[in-house]
Amino acid sequence: MSVEFIYPEFEVVRNKDRCIACRVCERQCANEVHKYDKDRGVLISDESKCVDCQRCVSLCPTRALKIIKSDCTLKENANWKNDTIKEIYKQANSGGVLLSSMGNPNPLPVYWDKILINASQVTNPPIDPLREPMETRVFLGKKNEKVTRDENGNLKCKLPPQIELSMPVMFSAMSYGSISYNAHESLARAATELGILYNTGEGGLHEDFYCYGENTIVQVASGRFGVHKDYLEAGRAVEIKMGQGAKPGIGGHLPGTKIVGDVSRTRMIPEGSDAISPAPHHDIYSIEDLRQLVFSLKEATEYKKPVIVKVAAVHNIAAIASGIARSGADIIAIDGFRGGTGAAPTRIRDNVGIPIELALASVDQRLRDEGIRNNVSLVVGGSIRSASDVVKAIALGADACYVATAALLALGCHLCRTCQTGKCNWGIATQRPDLVKRLNPNVGSERLVRLMTAWKHEIKELMGGMGINSIEALRGNRLMLRGVGLNTRELAILGISHAGE
Amino acid sequence: MNLEGQVRIPSGCAIAAVISKEGKRMTGEAITEAMEPMHDRSNGLGGGFAAYGIYPEYKEFYALHFFFNDRDTRKNCEKFLKERFEIVKSELIPTRKIPEITDEPIIWRYFVAPLKSMLVSMQLDESEYVARTVMKINTEMHGAYVFSSGKNMGTFKAVGFPEDVGVFYKLDEYEGYSWTAHGRYPTNTPGWWGGAHPFTLLDYSIVHNGEISSYDANRRFIEMFGYKCTLQTDTEVITYIMDYLIRRQGLNLEETANVIAAPFWQTIENMDDEKEKEKYTYLRTMFPSLLVTGPFSIVFGFNGGLMALNDRLKLRSMVVGEKDDKVYIASEEAAIRVMEPDVKDVWAPAGGEPVIVKVKEGVDL
Repeated sequence: MSVEFIYPEFEVVRNKDRCIACRVCERQCANEVHKYDKDRGVLISDESKCVDCQRCVSLCPTRALKIIKSDCTLKENANWKNDTIKEIYKQANSGGVLLSSMGNPNPLPVYWDKILINASQVTNPPIDPLREPMETRVFLGKKNEKVTRDENGNLKCKLPPQIELSMPVMFSAMSYGSISYNAHESLARAATELGILYNTGEGGLHEDFYCYGENTIVQVASGRFGVHKDYLEAGRAVEIKMGQGAKPGIGGHLPGTKIVGDVSRTRMIPEGSDAISPAPHHDIYSIEDLRQLVFSLKEATEYKKPVIVKVAAVHNIAAIASGIARSGADIIAIDGFRGGTGAAPTRIRDNVGIPIELALASVDQRLRDEGIRNNVSLVVGGSIRSASDVVKAIALGADACYVATAALLALGCHLCRTCQTGKCNWGIATQRPDLVKRLNPNVGSERLVRLMTAWKHEIKELMGGMGINSIEALRGNRLMLRGVGLNTRELAILGISHAGE
Repeated sequence: MNLEGQVRIPSGCAIAAVISKEGKRMTGEAITEAMEPMHDRSNGLGGGFAAYGIYPEYKEFYALHFFFNDRDTRKNCEKFLKERFEIVKSELIPTRKIPEITDEPIIWRYFVAPLKSMLVSMQLDESEYVARTVMKINTEMHGAYVFSSGKNMGTFKAVGFPEDVGVFYKLDEYEGYSWTAHGRYPTNTPGWWGGAHPFTLLDYSIVHNGEISSYDANRRFIEMFGYKCTLQTDTEVITYIMDYLIRRQGLNLEETANVIAAPFWQTIENMDDEKEKEKYTYLRTMFPSLLVTGPFSIVFGFNGGLMALNDRLKLRSMVVGEKDDKVYIASEEAAIRVMEPDVKDVWAPAGGEPVIVKVKEGVDL
């Protein structure tokens, strides 16, 4: 062994009494961890290739396998942690930028977990969602400032274009290319069945999925991949992606190896070429430029579709959001620093951006202080993990939430955080046909529908407990929240009181 | 202990109202007595009345009812008023000393007209000007509180049981065509007169029974438009919602009721009339943050009429009865029967169904 050696992170533990040498693990592992030793008739493992995606564990018919964290460690050091040292080794070996996937895994504060929800006792009654109507429908989009009437005094009922959602959740942007055809199909079909929307991400829209257009948000990102007239017209809404929570301030990079066949055609770029989206939109260097793109897209779609502007949660987010709210955008989507990604430089993913809870609270308050909260709807993402996170986000002031990681988990993702390798054993973040086919869109869409149905039930239970029977009455209702273990500054930014107050 | 406004205090309540559709004036005696059988719905920490048509001789002027903590505050406030209004009358509001009501502040009333020059320079219409001035006094002037600011109407409220408050204010000596009443059961002891109900702005008054669960969603929305919810009470926020929707957005009463207690989506979907469906969908989509959830029964008073409304699940009791030209509304039928033993047609309006009663057109109020 040499100076370049890094001890593998995981160990593959195989129970020899249980293993029947069926070789399922060998066939299932795209990383080639498992290998059959013909001479000895046993399976052996090369754990240095293991990413802990749990595919072999899940498919082993005799439950003979488990993956554990290796206990071979460097000498403990509170400053120079094992991972820190190993990253130094990796960079000394490669000379490159470290790449990671999915959201920031570091133990930074998760404010959702420090916020508690209210319930009714005595002075007003909780409402039972099994016995009374409980409404979760929301409309996203700009509202008129004034009520107007026709010459007969009847209300003029025309509003700017609105998106109707059966519940305040949407699947957020994941491009075709970063995830597979089958993953996209699962999302599109589930969104349609659920009465919500999914988002194409920046990779264009495969022609097979135009039929789900009413439940699709089409994204226009800095690379403009796959953007053309029919694409814009196919969607229910158009999203301008200015930034992403996992990697604020940089663009995207889909390696040429993933630009194959339909992905290349859908993105409208040659096969095998790297798809590199620039850090900025090169036609947007300031807020007045954004306004021009917003209205270009509105012109192109005849003012029939709401325009969403998606930004990463960064330090000055309240002022940025205020600018966007005056730019003609109908909806602002804010992505927190814990949001996922198919690939991002590790340093950026782990160190840039701010928590979505704080960003949401300050943006909602700022827009209200300026009296322009009605100009836009607010959608937040960046690690919304459960129905209670949704309820807390709505009560802080969001109109709806974007979820992506939770959706991928429903499709089989085990959060091994190695999407960037393109060898996703679960058929999600890969373009290899043999892997893609492992994700059955019938099963995938059904699991997504079940997950969201479960969340909807939970949202209704939580609302009912608070005595609220419509999600509108929860939006911005911060009295329904209390903080635990937060300091006064944090409470002030969140606009909530401490538990017991 | 924090005072009302520094902390949100939920409360249960009793409400009652009566109106003559002919515009016939009646004294406040009956409505005061009506609160007696509902004694247990209050706990002595707040009672009050709103009366319409009581100042016919000053009906062109805004009647500002004030609580002042002391004489100095009153003098300072009067200076401030003189810069903005012509004061045509200034007097103590007459009261009876009774053992049940103690610790009263200075209770004063002014009849005023806005100075035209101020309206022109601030580019405001009269009502907006008065509303802003009232809110300015209530948020900025310590020790002064305007609790009534309409024309030809007035609010009378105090810490105490409502039936005693009526006696205290000598309501038997006033005559109005429409009266509303409130007894309060707060779950805290603020002991502050301003916290009693009705809550009013201009000629709009609200008496309310319930604890709404949408409070902070409603408050944070309405505060975008210059309203300041200083009392943190449901009644206050509902009054501002009414003012915003009716006076500033120009909705009529039915439309306003359909924003506050909007029909369920399912109900809207099942409507046969496409025009109706479009209207209700529009109102809910346009004003989602003004939907009020949780239990409430309210009586909204205004010059020329009343509107009673329950939350859409009808989580609070409220009944309506009629006899001749009079319509009666109360939390309990017993209260109505005190006012009119022979009342006919007592019925319970459905949740979200507004009961709107207006004085016949052409009657001079």
